[in-house]
Amino acid sequence: MDLSLLLQLTLNGLIVGALYGVVAMSFVLIYKASQVVNFAQGEFLLVGAWVCWWFLVDWQLPFWAGFLFTLAFMTLFGLVLQVVVLRPLIGEPVISVIMATIGLGIFFQALMKWIFGVFAKPFPPIFAVERVSVMGLEVQTVYLVSLGISLAIMLGFAWFFTASKHGLAMRATAFDQQVAQSLGVSVPRVFAMSWAISAVVSAVAGVVVGVVNGVSSALSFYGIKVFPAVILGGLDSILGAVLGGIIVGLLENWAHYIDSQWLNWGNMFQIAPFYALVLILLIKPYGLFGTRNIERV
Amino acid sequence: MAEPSPILAAEGISLRFGGVRALTDVSFHVNRGEIFSIIGPNGAGKTSMVNCISGRYRPTEGRVLFDGQDITRIGTNRRAALGLGRTFQNLALFGHMSVLDNIMVGRHHLLKTGFLRGMLYWVGGAQQEELAHRREVEEIIDFLEIQHVRKAPAGTLPYGLRKRVELARAVALKPKLILLDEPMAGMNLEEKEDMARFVVDLNEEWGMTVLMIEHDMGVVMDISHRVMVLDFGRKIAEGRPEEVLADPHVRRAYLGEADEVTQPAEEVV
Repeated sequence: MDLSLLLQLTLNGLIVGALYGVVAMSFVLIYKASQVVNFAQGEFLLVGAWVCWWFLVDWQLPFWAGFLFTLAFMTLFGLVLQVVVLRPLIGEPVISVIMATIGLGIFFQALMKWIFGVFAKPFPPIFAVERVSVMGLEVQTVYLVSLGISLAIMLGFAWFFTASKHGLAMRATAFDQQVAQSLGVSVPRVFAMSWAISAVVSAVAGVVVGVVNGVSSALSFYGIKVFPAVILGGLDSILGAVLGGIIVGLLENWAHYIDSQWLNWGNMFQIAPFYALVLILLIKPYGLFGTRNIERV
Repeated sequence: MAEPSPILAAEGISLRFGGVRALTDVSFHVNRGEIFSIIGPNGAGKTSMVNCISGRYRPTEGRVLFDGQDITRIGTNRRAALGLGRTFQNLALFGHMSVLDNIMVGRHHLLKTGFLRGMLYWVGGAQQEELAHRREVEEIIDFLEIQHVRKAPAGTLPYGLRKRVELARAVALKPKLILLDEPMAGMNLEEKEDMARFVVDLNEEWGMTVLMIEHDMGVVMDISHRVMVLDFGRKIAEGRPEEVLADPHVRRAYLGEADEVTQPAEEVV
């Protein structure tokens, strides 16, 4: 038993899990507001990270400026995507909408490879100190900052949905579009806003992961990791998404620990979350916090 | 018509779903400050009419004028901003939200502070604005006597209270004209009397024009200024309650009578 490794991996799990949680939240946001299952969520991270990299490396902007420009770009990106691609699909069968988002994912995947190449590229160093030690554990500075950012985003979401005009409009729209409209809420605007916010938040996660691991198409795997997180928590629960993300992060790292200590199979950490997903869905088919849809005939 | 311009005028409204004619060439108007009721047997097209006015349906023919403006082609949410509020026949509250939040959604178009200014809560004027809104919302809550449940999730309330919360939400829009789709359906006598009183107070004290669909003939005849009767999507009568009750077409639609009127009007109620 290597206790310090276990602690180190647990901390890693929490930090990575918080990032999963953030991406899962932005996925749930789109699903809740516009009932679209977005298979291109991972590509939001990818596009955001590449755009930020481009600002920093090709334009030589300082990090804060490049980051702000990235957020502005992603706002536009989300808006345009919704208005141009998804708005015409409103009212079409679910399968068409899903195919469209899968298509978007493949398209942006390829576009990024075409523009930036197929190899991972590192971000220029951003923090003066690369690693800090927290209670004897080595942690990358970026990860610590990312944990702070994740928490800030989660608090921001909580504030947005409970206290702001648009958050209230979004909850109303998620509940019943007809009624929301009759109360003066513009449903197309709510849809567009949810895509923009989702793109921005995902891009933040993309930049953080990019700074740690370098930017490459591997980033879009986060879009797949999000599924166990989201389904675990319940498709329409923001809180569930956050917890689901953290659970997946922890499971991955604990599986890695068990694997490296005893089993030596090599890739347990990649599949462990999906096993857990199957088990949890057997017991709670709507996820941990999802809405039960019981139809009485 | 000698009165000033009506607040709502429907001109030759027809609505077809494929081969089904829900409404055929219906024209009527609602004057400022009156309680106007639409009655008719089930399937007569009452709710379809209200949906044409609120924007849920787009009439196949004809046009809707609100406050002198043609609103036939504009979106539902824009109509709400112009001053057209409504409640639904089947309750449509946001079940997981508190009563207060439900009512605040009704004020959506009146809230000016957007996302960015909202973040500057104290300096951006958002606090001031929220206080002002909360005051008005509290006034509505007091008026409809739902103080005791203001923090409760709307989905947990009993039926009669939910109907009242829905009315409060529509009133929060500060509409010039409020559309009530069966506000008293499924209520007991006491609840009906309460609701009737609220509608009359809204009209007399708050100065709102009311367009109402209701099946309870007693209530309709008591509080309405004018009544329109629909049957199979056509208008068969319009006028003051006692005129409408005496109308042979109406009696035939409701009672299946032959043309001659044999019973005194009161017994129709």
